Amino acid sequence: MHEIGFLGHRQGDSVAVAVRDVAVGQAEVAFLDGGEPITIASAQRVPFGHKVALVNLAEGEPVIEYGEPVGIASTAMRVGELVHVHNMRSARWPQSA
Amino acid sequence: MAAERLTGFRRPDGRVGIRNHVVVIPVDDLSNAAAEAVAHLVPGVLPLPHAYGRLQFGEDLELSFRTLIGTGANPNVAAAVVIGIEPNWTDRVADGIAESGKPVARFSIERHGDFETIRNAARSAASLAQEASELVRGPVERGELLLSIKCGESDTTSGLASCPTTAEVVDRHVAAGGTVLFGETTELTGGEHLIASRCIDDEVRKRFQAFFDDYAATIEAAGVSLLGSQPTQGNIRGGLSTIEEKAMGNIAKTGTVPVVDALGPAERPRRAGLNFMDTSSAAAECVTLMAAAGAVVHLFPTGQGNIVGNPIEPVIKLTANPLTAETMSEHIDLDVSGLLRLEYGLHEAGDRLMALVDRTVNGRLTAAEVTGHREFVLTKLYRSA
Repeated sequence: MHEIGFLGHRQGDSVAVAVRDVAVGQAEVAFLDGGEPITIASAQRVPFGHKVALVNLAEGEPVIEYGEPVGIASTAMRVGELVHVHNMRSARWPQSA
Repeated sequence: MAAERLTGFRRPDGRVGIRNHVVVIPVDDLSNAAAEAVAHLVPGVLPLPHAYGRLQFGEDLELSFRTLIGTGANPNVAAAVVIGIEPNWTDRVADGIAESGKPVARFSIERHGDFETIRNAARSAASLAQEASELVRGPVERGELLLSIKCGESDTTSGLASCPTTAEVVDRHVAAGGTVLFGETTELTGGEHLIASRCIDDEVRKRFQAFFDDYAATIEAAGVSLLGSQPTQGNIRGGLSTIEEKAMGNIAKTGTVPVVDALGPAERPRRAGLNFMDTSSAAAECVTLMAAAGAVVHLFPTGQGNIVGNPIEPVIKLTANPLTAETMSEHIDLDVSGLLRLEYGLHEAGDRLMALVDRTVNGRLTAAEVTGHREFVLTKLYRSA
């Protein structure tokens, strides 16, 4: 069976979650809402449970997951990059990393 | 799905329990030693030691009383022995529990000392345990069971799989006429508008918003941020980046049903359906408050592996993180990691959890019960006098 690399909550989200350790290169992204799977190129290794960018984001743009804003890009990021506390922060508690 | 016949213990106040504990409740920290000695002399009775009960005042004191009384009155408890240092507050707790109609014995230590108190309380505990052993399970309806939910050591697998699996059960339980409690006020941050929009009317919405705003104000007034605490270090290790992301996962377990009421901590629900309760997000504090409100079985989705249990309310743990399921298997009741590999869908995962709830109701011990996890933690609102 073809193994998916990432699972997204909703089509249109800016991030999806690695459901295995995903190496650099092509990987399939499936969506929980039944949206059509897509293929992206991981720019770096994404460990299980961590997020990958599905779209390019400019610094200050909202990060969308579950169809809702879940934080802000603290630096610009490109499709395929790992997304975590180094490049996104809370919009609610701006002090947070 | 073949529905299992559900059985439980119908208590004198009409509420239904799924366990038949005899508990020894210390009113205060000073009475822990006697409570534990009684439980040592009478195997099978359950002591509930805790750290507080002296020189508390105002709302903080009321919450402690409400928690101790609610715990004793919980339908998973057949009978209670209450031990306090002096008679007045001991009576307050014992009388509160006795309103449920179940047998309550009370003892105070001043003018007797520990040894005489232990001797008398052990005699009572022994006969209450014998009486309880003759109570038999009878048929109960699903809608009579008060369910509670709270997740812990969440990671991204919680929001993707273990919380949505819990949501399946929440929706089905409410559809069957049942009641469900959820809480974790701070962990709604970023998604509080979603809960507010699900409140059945403006009055409930106003009450919910007041609880939420009060928490936010408390944190602001302390002049601190929750940086490093929310999300927790475990959450971050598991891939969660912000409180909003954590909140969305948390909310994913509440299902799709409306929020019928917003309750204070340890407050007993008045309306069937999904109820919000103002609680800390710390696992043991939250489950203790929900059990004190009368919840008889708890669903606990975890990502990185929170191992919490409760002395009187069985805690069912599920995880979708395969590493947690493998390395901490003695703590996990249900592994739903197959959802992440698309091996089965949410409906089937919901069926599996529902079947496990039914077996737990009928007497199957949870992982938390067999590993001896009995965390009983009172919520302290502010420092004592």
